[in-house]
Amino acid sequence: MIQAEGLTKVYQMGESEVRALDGASFTIGKGEMVSIMGPSGSGKSTLMSIIGCLDVPTSGQYSLDGVSVESLGERGLAEVRGRKIGFVFQQFNLLARTSALENVMLPLTYAGYSGREREKRAFAALERVGLGDRTHHAPNELSGGQQQRVAIARAIVNEPTILLADEPTGALDSKTGVEIMDLFQSLHRDSGQTVILVTHDAYVARHTDRIIRISDGRIVSDDINPNPIKAGTAREE
Amino acid sequence: MLFSENFKIALRALRANKMRSVLTILGIVIGVATVVALLSIGNGATASITSSIQSGGSNLLTVSPGRLQMGMASMGQSQQMSHLYYNDFELLERTLTGRAESVVPVYQSSYQVTFGDESFSTTVSGVVEEHAQVRSFSLADGRFISEGDNKSHLRVAVLGDTVATDLFGSFSPIGKTISINGVKFEVVGLLESKGAGLGSPDDIIFVPIETGYSKLFGDTANYNGRKTVNNILVSVTETGEMDTVSAQIAYILRRAHELKPSEEQDFNVLSQTDTLATLNSVTQTLTIFLGAIAGISLLVGGIGIMNIMLVSVTERTKEIGLRKAVGATKNQILTQFLIETVTLSLLGGIVGILLGVGIATAFSVMGLISSVITVDSILMAFLFALAIGVFFGLYPALRAASLHPMVALRYE
Repeated sequence: MIQAEGLTKVYQMGESEVRALDGASFTIGKGEMVSIMGPSGSGKSTLMSIIGCLDVPTSGQYSLDGVSVESLGERGLAEVRGRKIGFVFQQFNLLARTSALENVMLPLTYAGYSGREREKRAFAALERVGLGDRTHHAPNELSGGQQQRVAIARAIVNEPTILLADEPTGALDSKTGVEIMDLFQSLHRDSGQTVILVTHDAYVARHTDRIIRISDGRIVSDDINPNPIKAGTAREE
Repeated sequence: MLFSENFKIALRALRANKMRSVLTILGIVIGVATVVALLSIGNGATASITSSIQSGGSNLLTVSPGRLQMGMASMGQSQQMSHLYYNDFELLERTLTGRAESVVPVYQSSYQVTFGDESFSTTVSGVVEEHAQVRSFSLADGRFISEGDNKSHLRVAVLGDTVATDLFGSFSPIGKTISINGVKFEVVGLLESKGAGLGSPDDIIFVPIETGYSKLFGDTANYNGRKTVNNILVSVTETGEMDTVSAQIAYILRRAHELKPSEEQDFNVLSQTDTLATLNSVTQTLTIFLGAIAGISLLVGGIGIMNIMLVSVTERTKEIGLRKAVGATKNQILTQFLIETVTLSLLGGIVGILLGVGIATAFSVMGLISSVITVDSILMAFLFALAIGVFFGLYPALRAASLHPMVALRYE
């Protein structure tokens, strides 16, 4: 459950101030699949970093599962990221020379799980994304799509409140992109996982039930998408 | 997060850049190896000097000419070179009866010694019979200089181990005739080796001092028509009376040399303990000096490590961002990078210790100096390497830890 009220983020760039976010308010309920859409420079990345607790707003309120994050210190934010947020990035961001299993285990390591528990959960997460047979492969031995699956396994391994994906198909070819979108949809459908996709691509956004559009740091529209595309349907602009 | 996991991450990062890691720790390796080798060799030198001095006996007082001045300031002044005379010896021998077991004179100088084709320069020392006992010499073969040799001015010689080996190889020198500065001497005795020590104690030939004065030393042993000596050795009967006897010698010699109360002594009386203290302070100064040089190389090594760690932090900015995104706290990142630096410096330390021990052992094996490798010096080097790792790792680790997660993730 996400509640955002009047989120504002101001960056000081030398003399001038940049208002990356200017009073954004919205609520995202548990189990929703939402996309946040906007062109580059619209403030969607800043919004994503606040939703993901990577940063705190200059003003406004943001609470996650009823816990207000403004009051949390560096340590508290790290803990919220580790326990409640699962990140998926455009460039996968896997650790090189590190097996898929160990990559997936990383959030659990910081959350303080025991070695055996970590391995068990990481295995399960890799099974869930269909990579049960690639657990000991390093990222450079996997295809782009497989690497993104490992990243998704890493994001869901700690059973987060929010699965937060930043242009998750941006570095993939369209066929692999579709497979990844299918995976997000199935996580949402089968496990009731809250999914937030941040993208500039309207086609990707249309895979979700709700689309929030942002421009110049303000939310310009927040609509229910009555007929989300089922992943695999032919692309049409 | 456990130490072992951080250690695993560190090893993986270091393995990823093998060549770089090796070059980085080289500075630490050299620094630590130098410290360990120097300390071991220094310890060995001190031990051998100590034992060679103590083998002379703890009740020995050495009287030598000259003023006791450690500084160089007075050396250049136009003071006349002071002398000890044979008369001084006779005087001391007469007056110290009862307090001194024996009083012996020594006159020594360097001469060319020849046997067959072999010829080289060595120290020739004119002594009396009691010398062997005062200096606790033991003979490997033959006999030492006797009272009769001195009375009759016999041309006999006792060889130190090194001289004997150089002249005769493995053959026995007893009964052979050698030539010292063109004068023929018959070898009557061979000393046991004293081993490596201060100023190669085996590279010496002993002759009767009286024979020396009449047939070998010539005019150089005379000053103002009086026979001079280099040293007078006094072996004191009671070790507890060393200071008293020392003062007594000073009193007697001041009078004999007709020194005014305001004048400084033109001789000095040193006990083994004094000599030991002087030499030890010299070796200590030397060890500290060399240690400081080794310390500088450790410092340079540490800066090298810091440099590479800063590069590593920059290269791995995205990784740091990712780790923060999945829940790593500032402290966990700090610990990770600190452990990585410490791992580097400790690896360097361990390799350096092995190398240093190797060098010290090589010195011993080659017979240069019997080095003494102590647990202390190894422990010290190890702790030093650890401290360098922590000290120089802290800044890069802090830089890594304080990266903003969002900025780090977007870093290209």
